[in-house]
Amino acid sequence: MENFFEQVLNGLQLGFVYALIALGYTMVYGIIKLINFAHGDVFMVGAFLGFFGFTNWGLTIIPAALLAMVICAMLGVTIERIAYRPLRYAPRIAALISALGVSLFLEYFSSLKFVFGPNYRVVQAPIREVSWEILGISMTNVQVVIMVVVISLLIALQYLVYRTKIGMAMRTVSFDHDAARLMGVNVDTTISITFAIGSALAAAGGVLFTLAYPQIFPFMGIMPGLKAFTAAVLGGIGIMPGAVLGAMIMGQVEILTAAFLSSQLKDAIAFAILILVLLVRPTGILGKTGPEKV
Amino acid sequence: MNKGFHLKRNETITLIALALVVFLAIRAAVGANMINDYWQRVLDQALITTMGALGLSLIYGFCGQFSLGHAAFYGIGAYTAAYISKVYGQGSIPFFIIAVVAGTLMAALMAYLIGRPILRLRSDYLGIATLGFGIIMRVGFENSDKVLKPLGGATGMTGVPQLMSFTWIFVFTVITIFLVRNFVTSTFGRACVAIREDEIAADAMGINTTKVKTMAFVLGCAVVGFAGALYAHRYPYLHPSNFDFLKSFDFLLIVVLGGLGSMTGTIITAVSWVFLLEGLRVVLGQTFVDFRGVIYALILIISIILRPQGIFGGREWKMLVPAVRPARAPLKEGGTHVHAGGK
Repeated sequence: MENFFEQVLNGLQLGFVYALIALGYTMVYGIIKLINFAHGDVFMVGAFLGFFGFTNWGLTIIPAALLAMVICAMLGVTIERIAYRPLRYAPRIAALISALGVSLFLEYFSSLKFVFGPNYRVVQAPIREVSWEILGISMTNVQVVIMVVVISLLIALQYLVYRTKIGMAMRTVSFDHDAARLMGVNVDTTISITFAIGSALAAAGGVLFTLAYPQIFPFMGIMPGLKAFTAAVLGGIGIMPGAVLGAMIMGQVEILTAAFLSSQLKDAIAFAILILVLLVRPTGILGKTGPEKV
Repeated sequence: MNKGFHLKRNETITLIALALVVFLAIRAAVGANMINDYWQRVLDQALITTMGALGLSLIYGFCGQFSLGHAAFYGIGAYTAAYISKVYGQGSIPFFIIAVVAGTLMAALMAYLIGRPILRLRSDYLGIATLGFGIIMRVGFENSDKVLKPLGGATGMTGVPQLMSFTWIFVFTVITIFLVRNFVTSTFGRACVAIREDEIAADAMGINTTKVKTMAFVLGCAVVGFAGALYAHRYPYLHPSNFDFLKSFDFLLIVVLGGLGSMTGTIITAVSWVFLLEGLRVVLGQTFVDFRGVIYALILIISIILRPQGIFGGREWKMLVPAVRPARAPLKEGGTHVHAGGK
């Protein structure tokens, strides 16, 4: 039983990291209806920047994470400006293909020898791992750090989206671009800010990921990216609490399958659950199923 | 009735003549030693990719059903055919035919079983569900050796008799082109286009949308399963990574870059894309080969920004395929991907 609770705790740790990535997907989808396939690679860049921060540049963990978040926010805004904005009013699939292109570009560009290099790197943890026994369940300080950081970021995001002017602009634009423009909202700026926030969250996720799973490489973003996107869809894409809920489910399914069934089947079971949920609720768990309009 | 929809006999004859000319030109080039073994393999790969992409063109380009799991059916066809040919056939032609038919039917059967429930999902949700199916199938291929030893699992599969040659692959490609062309110009093909344009309106006009969508999905997957079965008999090494979601994205970008709802675009883009990838390897040489992926990605981004509607953008080369619908300005709002987004 203790083992089960320890695995649940591991699942929570993974789920919280997925939640940070999933929020970026869901925010971007909510505002421009684009599956931003490059988001997983922004996460990868964040992980690398965090790694360089605390190994090569001698930063402690918090400045390293903040630096990674700022650089990735700029990266996200640049990607949107160059690759998605010209296609905003083109058929939706065109922006999706462009996103795939950006994803491949980030992966292959990072693999170049003078950028990050194609090899796996092992991250030397910047904080010493301590583990505690509570009621027979062992828990590490890394897990505590991840949960505290993610929960505070979620509260900050909630505040930003529902209590500030820019959050109101984001919600307006996600309803209707033209109407938002008529109400005096600067649509382009709002979309850029959404990308900046989403990418910064992905970078934070990347840095936290290196604490828990200390191995990084240029293609590391693909699977977490897909899983996080799946989590966003599972919870109902475009809905922020849905992304967190979906990420928690994905984290638990993955860890519990790996621990008690077979680690090779974890991806298959996670996606099988996604398909089953979509069959019962075609727009995700918290998704709104509006009446069909002609 | 619009007369342009009906196939005329001389269009078929032109198409056969065209195929013959292309075939003879390539054979002449091979005879004159202009195409070596390596480029012959690339050419065969291009033809097989064309077949697979035509399958997705049918599902997504004509019927508007967003699929991100196309390569899974490619893999199902390849592995099924490879297993039969390797274990029972050992190089005999009758077993090769059985293997290819079985591969095609298996892909169609799986497409029916998975398509029946999930085709009720719309646009992005359908894409994610098919993506999930693709990932489940990849896990299946990686662990296939635990059920059937000869499939090789994660280490890959070898030992499939290499029975396919350029001539046969070319003939099969032409047959596939005919099959897909005849389907999209048939009543069902027009029903597909109607569903893509507006599913509710199509339903209101008396089209059995579930049936037509399933039919297009099954047929498209059968075509790619057929391509996979041929692939298994042309390339001696099968590995799960040849059939994962990155391969599905390859098919998708070919169909989109070619122009949704354009067979001509799909065929031309599929062939050029395969040659572009290999051409880059030659052009860049040993020193710059690392840049191949970067350049490939940049070409992809730039071409989609320059031609968001695809190279052919719903138009057809009339000699090859009579246009199913006239070119029109895209609607601003709509349920499917084919229409403009941003809202």
